[in-house]
Amino acid sequence: MRKKFLAAATIAAISNINPVWAISDIEALRIQVEALKKDYEQRINALENRLKQSEEKAQIAQQKVEQVAEKVEKTKNTSRTGQGNFNPEISLILDGRYADFNNDSDAYKLPGFALGNEAGLGEEGFSIGHTELTISANADDKFYGKATLAIHDHEGETKTDLEEAYIQTLGLGHGLTLKAGRFYSAIGYLNEQHEHLWDFADAPLIYRGLFGDQLRDDGLQVTYVAPTDTFMQVGTELFRGDRFPGGGSHDGVGAWTVFANIGGDIGIEHSWQLGLNHWRENDVDDRTSGGHSHEGAAAETSSFSGDSKISSLDLVYKWAPNGNPTSRNFKLQFEYFDLREDGSITMLNSGPPEEFSTYDGQKDGWYAQAIYQFKPHWRTGIRYDRLSSNNKGSDEDVLAEAGLDDKGHTPERYSAMLEWLPSEYSRIRLQYNRDDSYENADNQIFLQYTLSLGSHGAHQF
Amino acid sequence: MFNPIKKHLFIMLAFSLWANNSHSVINVFACEPEWASLVQILGGDKVSVFSATTALQDPHHIQARPSLIAKTRRADLLICTGAELEAGWLPLLLRKSGNGKILTGQPGHFMSADHVTLLEKPKLLDRSLGDVHADGNPHIHLDPHRIMIIAGALTKTLSLIDPDNQNDYQNNWISFKNTWSRAITNWEQQSQSLRGKKIVVNHNSWVYLEDWLKLERVATLEPKPGIAPSSAHLTQVLAELKQNQADMILYATYQNDKAVRWLADKTHIPVVALPFSVSSDETLFQWYERILSQLLDIKQ
Repeated sequence: MRKKFLAAATIAAISNINPVWAISDIEALRIQVEALKKDYEQRINALENRLKQSEEKAQIAQQKVEQVAEKVEKTKNTSRTGQGNFNPEISLILDGRYADFNNDSDAYKLPGFALGNEAGLGEEGFSIGHTELTISANADDKFYGKATLAIHDHEGETKTDLEEAYIQTLGLGHGLTLKAGRFYSAIGYLNEQHEHLWDFADAPLIYRGLFGDQLRDDGLQVTYVAPTDTFMQVGTELFRGDRFPGGGSHDGVGAWTVFANIGGDIGIEHSWQLGLNHWRENDVDDRTSGGHSHEGAAAETSSFSGDSKISSLDLVYKWAPNGNPTSRNFKLQFEYFDLREDGSITMLNSGPPEEFSTYDGQKDGWYAQAIYQFKPHWRTGIRYDRLSSNNKGSDEDVLAEAGLDDKGHTPERYSAMLEWLPSEYSRIRLQYNRDDSYENADNQIFLQYTLSLGSHGAHQF
Repeated sequence: MFNPIKKHLFIMLAFSLWANNSHSVINVFACEPEWASLVQILGGDKVSVFSATTALQDPHHIQARPSLIAKTRRADLLICTGAELEAGWLPLLLRKSGNGKILTGQPGHFMSADHVTLLEKPKLLDRSLGDVHADGNPHIHLDPHRIMIIAGALTKTLSLIDPDNQNDYQNNWISFKNTWSRAITNWEQQSQSLRGKKIVVNHNSWVYLEDWLKLERVATLEPKPGIAPSSAHLTQVLAELKQNQADMILYATYQNDKAVRWLADKTHIPVVALPFSVSSDETLFQWYERILSQLLDIKQ
C-alpha cells in the first residue's frame, strides 16, 4: 500500500515538471490505442465468426443426435416396475430329499423341550418336503398381498397347509408399514424365512425346541424404519395366540411381540444386522405337546397352562469381495433364545385323578453357522447347535413324563453341508449331522433338491 | 430384558436422530452409478445422491442390505434402470422402506428403461434359455443417445419433484444437452476405426455399445445369459473363432475373467476389461471417454 502511494507520488511529480513531454506522450498513446482498437475489433469479429460457426456445428450435431434420439425414444411409456412381468407373481417350490439316519426317527426327542407342531426329523428314505405355491402381487398402490400354500405328506396323508396369507401396506409414509393376516413372526433372523431359503435341510435345534421349527400366527404387525443412515427398525406384533408355543383360544390379543433391528455396512465389503426380540403370551391354556410320539390314541399327552415369554438376540454378518457376492461371499449367523414359563403341567388321559405338577420352566439355546460360497455355483457351510434347560415343578415325575426333564443331557448337534447351485433357480444339497439331541447320538445324512419355478421373488438380507 | 425405561430410551434415541436430519436438498437413491452421475449433473447442488452399487458390483445380484433399506427410507427420488434388472432386490427395498414417495406410479419412481426402446426383447420366456429379461436387454447406459433421452425425462421429473428449483434443472439440462451432443459427435468421429470390428463378449452386456459403435458380436462366452461358461461351450467358441477370427474380447470388470483369460491364451485375441459403470472419482463423460480410449488403444 505504502509502495503504491510512493510510486503514484513520483509519477505525479515527474509529469508536473515536464508538461511538454506529457503532451507528445498523450498523442503517441492516442495513436497506439487507436491501433489496438482496430486490432481488437478485427479479432472480435473473427471470434464472433468462429463462435457462429461452432454454434452452427453444435446445432447440426444436436440435430443429428436428436434424429437418432427420436429413433430410440419410446413412443408410448409403459410403466414398468422392478418386479416381474407376471401379475400376480406365481412361484412354485419343489423340494425332495433322501435321508438316512442311524437311529429310528420316531424315537427322536429333545430332553427338557416338549416338542410341538410337527417338530421332528422327518421321514427316512425318499420323501418330498414342502411343495410351496406362492402367489403375490401389489393389489393396487396401497396394498401388497401374498399367500403361500404348502402341500406335504404327513403319515401317509397329503395335507395342504396355508402357511402364510397376508396383506401389507405400501408406502404408508414416515417409514411405517402395517401387515395383517397370517404370517411368520419377525422375531429372530431365520423365522421369517421360508424353509427353502434356509442354508441347511433342517431347522436349528432351538427353533425346533421352542417353536416346532417356526413361529407363525394370525394377527397384525406394525414396523417403523427410522430416517437414519444406520438402519434402525422397531416393530410390534399382536397375535391371536392359539398356535404353538401359545395355546388355548383367545378372543382378543393372545400373544404379542416387540422387536428392534439395527444394521449397516462397514466399508463396501462388510455388512451386518443385529436384532433384539421378545415374544409373550400371558394366558397359555391347554397347550399340548408330545410331537410325534405315535403311542396310540389314548397316549398320555402333557398339557401346559400358564404364562410364557421368549427373548432373543440375533446377529448376522456378511462379506463379499468388492461387495459383489456373485462369485464369492461369506455369511456368519448367530441366534440366542431364552424361554421362561410359569404355570402348571397336566398329563391328559392319565389317572384318575389326572397327574399334575406346578411348572417353572427355563430353557435356552443358540446356534452359530458359517456359510462360504467359494466359487460360482458352490457353497459350503457348518453349523453348531446347543440347548440347555432347567425346568422345576412340584412333581418331578410328571415333568419327566412330559419330556421336560433334561436327564442331565445337553442337546447339541454338529452339521456340515455342501451345495451345488446350477443357477439361481435350482440347488442340490448334501448335508451331514452328528446329532446329540438325546442320549443316543445319531448320524444323519440328507441329499436334497430344491427348485424354484416361476417368478423369483427378492431375497431378504 | 425389555424394561419400559430402556424401551423409552430407545424411542427417544430414534427420534433425536430423526430430528437432526435436514430436508433442504432432494435425496436421490440411484440403483447404479451411471444414473447417480447423470442425476448429479442435472441436479447440481440441489440434490444429494447415493449410489446403491459400484462399478465393481453386478447390478443383477445385490442383496437388500439393511443400509440400503435405510437409504431408500429417506429418498425423495429413486432412479434405476428398470426392465427387471433390479428385480432381485429393489421390490424388497421398496416394500420394507415404508416410503410412499418412490413407489411405482409416483413422480419419485424413475425407471430409465421406461423412456427408451429396448433391444433383444425375447420372443419366448423360458428359463432354460437363461436369465432372460422379458422387457429386453436392460444395459441401456452404454448408448449415449439413450442417455440423452433419459436425461431429458429426468429433468422433467426433477422439476416435478422440486418445482422451486426448476430453473436450475432446466439450465443444467440445456448445458448438458449441448455438451453431450458435441461429445457424441466427437466420440462417433473418433471411433470410426472401430466400425465393423468383430468382438467376443462374456455376457450380453454390450448390446447397446455394439449397436452404437457398429461392432459385430461373433461369440458369447456364456452359453445362455447368466449361466457360467461351460468347457463344452468354450471349446465350441474356440473352434468357431478359428474359422472366423475376432478383433477383441470384451468383459466387464465385475465379471469373472477365468473363461476370458482361457480363450485369450488359446487365440491371442486382445482382451479389453471395461468398467461397466462410472467409478466414484469420475463423471459420466469421463467414463465414456475411458471406454472409448480403451477400445481404441487395442486398435493401434
